[in-house]
Amino acid sequence: MAKYKMHILVCGGTGCTASQSVEIADRLKSNLLDKGLDKEVQVILTGCFGFCEKGPIVKIMPDNTFYTEVKPEDAQEIIEEHIIKGRKVARLLYTDPEKKEHVADAKHMGFYKKQLRIALRNCGFIDPENIGEYIACDGYAAVAKCLTEMTPQQVIDEIKLSGLRGRGGGGFPTGMKWEIASKNHADQKYVVCNADEGDPGAFMDRSILEGDPHSIIEAMTINGYAIGATKGLVYIRAEYPLAIHRLQVAIAQAREYGVLGENLFGTDFSFDIELRYGAGAFVCGEETALIHSMEGKRGEPTFKPPFPAQSGYLQKPTNVNNVETYANIPIIILKGANWFNKIGTEKSKGTKVFALAGQINNVGLIEVPMGITLREVIYEIGGGIKGGRQFKAVQTGGPSGGCLTEKHLDTPIDYDNLIAAGSMMGSGGMVVMDETSCMVAIAKFYLEFTCEESCGKCSPCRIGNKRMLEILDKITKGNGTMEDLENLKNLAGVIKDTALCGLGQTSPNPILSTLTNFWDEYVEHVQDKKCRAGACKSLMQYVIDQSVCVGCTACARNCPVNAIQGEKKTPHTINTELCIKCGTCIEKCKFNAISIQ
Amino acid sequence: METVNLIIDGKAVQAEKGQTILKAARKAGISIPTLCYYELNGQKLENKPGGCRVCVVEVEGRKNLAPACATEVMEGMVVHTHSLRVVNARRTVVELILSDHPSDCLSCSKSGNCELQTLAQKLGIREIPFQGEQSKYRPDNSPSIIRDVDKCIMCRRCETVCNELQTVGALSAVNRGFEAVVATAFEQDLVKSSCTMCGQCVMACPVGALSEVNQTRQVIQAINNPEKTVIVQTAPAVRVALGEEFGYPAGTIVTGQMAAALRRIGFDYVFDTDFAADLTIMEEGTELLGRIQKFMEGDKNVKLPILTSCCPGWVNFFETNYPDMLDVPSTAKSPQQMFGAIAKNYWAEKLKIKREDMVVVSIMPCVAKKYECQREEFKVDGNPDVDFSLTTRELAELIKQFNIDFNSLEEEDFDMPLGASTGASVIFGATGGVIEAAARTAYEVFTGKTLEKVDFTELRGLEGVREATIDFNGTPIHLGIAHGLGNARKLLDKVRKGEVQYHAIEVMACPGGCIGGAGQPYHHGDFSIVEKRFEAIYKEDLGKELRKSHENPYIKQLYDEYLGTPCGEKSHHLLHTHYFDKSKQVEVEA
Repeated sequence: MAKYKMHILVCGGTGCTASQSVEIADRLKSNLLDKGLDKEVQVILTGCFGFCEKGPIVKIMPDNTFYTEVKPEDAQEIIEEHIIKGRKVARLLYTDPEKKEHVADAKHMGFYKKQLRIALRNCGFIDPENIGEYIACDGYAAVAKCLTEMTPQQVIDEIKLSGLRGRGGGGFPTGMKWEIASKNHADQKYVVCNADEGDPGAFMDRSILEGDPHSIIEAMTINGYAIGATKGLVYIRAEYPLAIHRLQVAIAQAREYGVLGENLFGTDFSFDIELRYGAGAFVCGEETALIHSMEGKRGEPTFKPPFPAQSGYLQKPTNVNNVETYANIPIIILKGANWFNKIGTEKSKGTKVFALAGQINNVGLIEVPMGITLREVIYEIGGGIKGGRQFKAVQTGGPSGGCLTEKHLDTPIDYDNLIAAGSMMGSGGMVVMDETSCMVAIAKFYLEFTCEESCGKCSPCRIGNKRMLEILDKITKGNGTMEDLENLKNLAGVIKDTALCGLGQTSPNPILSTLTNFWDEYVEHVQDKKCRAGACKSLMQYVIDQSVCVGCTACARNCPVNAIQGEKKTPHTINTELCIKCGTCIEKCKFNAISIQ
Repeated sequence: METVNLIIDGKAVQAEKGQTILKAARKAGISIPTLCYYELNGQKLENKPGGCRVCVVEVEGRKNLAPACATEVMEGMVVHTHSLRVVNARRTVVELILSDHPSDCLSCSKSGNCELQTLAQKLGIREIPFQGEQSKYRPDNSPSIIRDVDKCIMCRRCETVCNELQTVGALSAVNRGFEAVVATAFEQDLVKSSCTMCGQCVMACPVGALSEVNQTRQVIQAINNPEKTVIVQTAPAVRVALGEEFGYPAGTIVTGQMAAALRRIGFDYVFDTDFAADLTIMEEGTELLGRIQKFMEGDKNVKLPILTSCCPGWVNFFETNYPDMLDVPSTAKSPQQMFGAIAKNYWAEKLKIKREDMVVVSIMPCVAKKYECQREEFKVDGNPDVDFSLTTRELAELIKQFNIDFNSLEEEDFDMPLGASTGASVIFGATGGVIEAAARTAYEVFTGKTLEKVDFTELRGLEGVREATIDFNGTPIHLGIAHGLGNARKLLDKVRKGEVQYHAIEVMACPGGCIGGAGQPYHHGDFSIVEKRFEAIYKEDLGKELRKSHENPYIKQLYDEYLGTPCGEKSHHLLHTHYFDKSKQVEVEA
């Protein structure tokens, strides 16, 4: 491999690719060629850096310069100024929102300071389509160690000792899951990677697959060795074309390099991986539904037990793990369980990747050690609330999670604390909300998603969620009653208690947590017909301030439904019965006399 | 057998390892209400999707309530089936189901037989606190079955029955969430699917989402039309099940009362399909012996085994699934259609009336018969040999509509000559009966000797697939029997591959044969009811003076006067049919 003096890393994740990052890389390359520097400086299209808010990202190594919001036309300046003359292009550097100063390198950016990247260790660092780069970062050393130095039981023991828990949502201890699968004997066993990422806004699995696909192949091979499976399947949604492409490339390279296939590392252990494409049903992230979908059956869950470890894919013992869980495996094997289990809290070890979103300054993908507080995540990594507005709530765990408030901000994040607070880790969605978010509307939003994604098999989820959605709709339209709130509470409790699978059992969480933490807001909607966030359109009223209105008639002339009355030069009024809240009057008023209340 | 100890509602219970809480509780006399759960005991069919969540119970130490139908017992388990938490959840779940169910109980075909109605009543539900949108789906009617999908509660029983018991594969769940329903592939109409119209889905449906096409109105109109001579024929299995609709215990034989009731309703002639069953034996038996004879003479082209063709669900099944074997089944029409052909030709000539002025009504334990009588090949210039086919349930409805006090009716006989029958024809109603009836006659014809031991008990039973070899005076005759289309498929696949050698195979589409037919009173999965009907059928046979079809004097008379010889030219014209390749009829619209 040629040695380069410098590397220019260009984000090749789905987000930055959509903002022309491939063209940026091409322009950088052609500029280097023009200057005769193509043997000195290498341009690499990497996986996601996580700081999607400011993409496309270009990083210069070894000085760790972090350029944000780069455009193809900036390529020339980067080469001429930074690469040739050694002067950083200041205007492309990240600007600290508080100090209003450029930050010269990634290390000093608030977004990265508190992060600890284990699962994302190679994302944004290596070329995911080059197995050589993965190997150069100790890739496939872990599987070599397992196969040549460890017994399957030792591998399982190491994972158990590490304290790693499933990152897909439930948090089941990974080592224990492997052990159960290893103890069920059969002529054929399977290892399945659950890449059916479906939480709205969450994209950590996609990022890992796009940025570091070999780590998943390596981890699955280790998993296969540990439980005695020779076949691996990745269940991935067809909406992830780039991740699929990178996986296909990685699998082909791994086979070519002999780290996947027959007699790996000279042992008699053989392992190979195939892809299975999902049609993007959220419920297929539930492992039994996922297995049915892979078998060509209707993607709906079945009652457990039997667990997949007993009877899974084609009725054979099957171990299903999530992408992020797998991404932790090779490094645990290499650095040892005792390295890993020192990170995190007592019962939640290691790190967790979150998709930070909402009304927050730094939107993106972050990886933090377990035990970090929500406050640190929101204010230090996330850079605080957008526009200097007031924090109101943070939703974790996607449609299965709940909304936490100010009082939870100093709670250390781990599986058990989040559940105790009425939410859950889920797959790592984290949506921050300010005072302009209506909590009833937020609950409704998540429920709409669950209703859409319910498989319809069990009555509590099929009908119950629909009824809850109807009640929430009624409330947000100002037609709710206190009896509706009682029904909502009872229904939410019963659905949680009776639904067939994890999707149904957790679907009431957004409602239950908002009922608990924002009860007053529900009551306001019902009794005062008011939405304090101003988000529920039906509850808003357009009002003309009589002391400000001069009677210019501009509003009345432009109102499409003739809802505004008033004589010339006398203050006008709005007939709220007729008003359709289109906003035309506010737009036309030159005196700021009209407001929404 | 490994056992585990658990406590259900404070009662120490010992259960089999691997058993569900539901079964363990039932055995201990503790009843847990269910809705989607459906079991045909003895027929290896269990539907337990764990979907309705009505049977949820509280298991100490478990976070959520557990479905009793799907949760296995564990050592030391403590279960509460009626705690406040359970009762509230169960009630809410049923209220939810009712909130998405039309409340037209008063005019619903399943009213009185609806398991959801019974459950709501049991739980004392008097109002539904949840009002909202209700599922809507287009109506879909086939000649036999009405799908009113708005009433579907997604119990998936029909799906399980159609796929696992019958292996027909016409029904499965489609769409998601609130829009999820059970439908055909690509949501085609039932007639364009692989549906055989056996109706076992109707039998399993706990609500009114699946029911038979009701033709009682047309029959009443015909009876009241002075220009029409209305003739009724009743199938063997009807007489051992009809009584259930009037409070008689399962297995009560009500042949005489039924004949009397039919006369009160106003049918001009009360005849018996059993007569045609005896006729079927003459035709099918002759055909069988003919094939065996040729086979023994070394004819390589002869098709053996011969397959019975009395069952219309079965005929639909092989026309769709075994189009390569259409020359294997007997060409003999079913008893219903033989009766129709004889009635509209022989009997119409006797009465000196035109076939258009005769209306033939059949009472059948079957819904597929409704389709069968509408098949084009069973019509003459558009006029069907059998005009209307009613189910046993529809007959009960007619009797009730006519205010007939069934229970106090004096027994009456069928009219002659088409009401005369032997014991051989009665057993057509149970699985194995047709082949036993055929054996009784074929033995005597083949050997020329009198059959002393009439009862071929080796052919009887309720095992899904059975086989027996009977001795025709030194010649072993190998016979196969299957009931339930899934069992038929197993047997047929072996025949197709040449793995088994039989001379004849009897197939009935419904479990138990016609006694378990989809037109019979609903048994709600209690297969012991079918077993009692089974016993009654053989009791009726035993009580008959004549027990071999060829001994029926009116059958002899019919051949002498009219038909000539079995499988002769006239018989061939009136009593035999042919089959069609329907594999391509299962349409998929692009």
